[in-house]
Amino acid sequence: MIKILLFAGLKERTGKSSLIYEKPSISVAHLKKELQKVSGLENFTGIMVAVNEDYAHDDVIVNDGDTVALIPPVSGG
Amino acid sequence: MDGESVVNEERLKIVEEPINVEDVIQQVAHPNAGAITTFIGTVRELTHQKRTIYLKYEAYESMAVKQLSVIDEEIHKRWPEARVAMTHRIGELQIMDVAVVIAVATPHRAASFEACRHAIERIKEIVPIWKKEHWDSGESWIGDQKEKVPYLEGHPEKEMLE
Repeated sequence: MIKILLFAGLKERTGKSSLIYEKPSISVAHLKKELQKVSGLENFTGIMVAVNEDYAHDDVIVNDGDTVALIPPVSGG
Repeated sequence: MDGESVVNEERLKIVEEPINVEDVIQQVAHPNAGAITTFIGTVRELTHQKRTIYLKYEAYESMAVKQLSVIDEEIHKRWPEARVAMTHRIGELQIMDVAVVIAVATPHRAASFEACRHAIERIKEIVPIWKKEHWDSGESWIGDQKEKVPYLEGHPEKEMLE
């Protein structure tokens, strides 16, 4: 099970703060494609992915028990 | 290592209550410092003729602290003698409220200015905190560091992560 956290506008558009992906392991690139099927996540432009709180490129493998976060462009400061 | 992590938690943090600037400065003050540079980021009323009423910051808190520690490490590589403290506030903020405070102490002034600038620029690039502006004419999540593009149309600047 992989937990996916949503923030800011993504949370508003989906109406959810987290999602669960049931498969044991998947690449970041593949996971993005799967997530684009979710209502509100169709447009991934500008979204970065973090795995266990580190930014991750498309080729990183996400494993069972990992926490993924979808990070829209940040605007702190 | 317990002592180290407690110190870390004090120096790098996300808070919901108002930030006490003096507290942040005290976290870096030490006998060998010849300079302490502070950066105070505040809530601005007017951005390109739009009038902000208030804004809300949201954070992925645990990752935000982790990315602050990435910035802390970057600074220690470039300016080994620097001591850094960074506190970012989240929740609802009013005009003129303090959103972020950075303090950098170094033996000589040039390094403290440079390292402090590095800290705020990197916060705007890699720390997962989002600002929702509430204007007199509506509201929007702000999606890039230059505050020009709402993130729905925003583009990732992946080179920033290198």
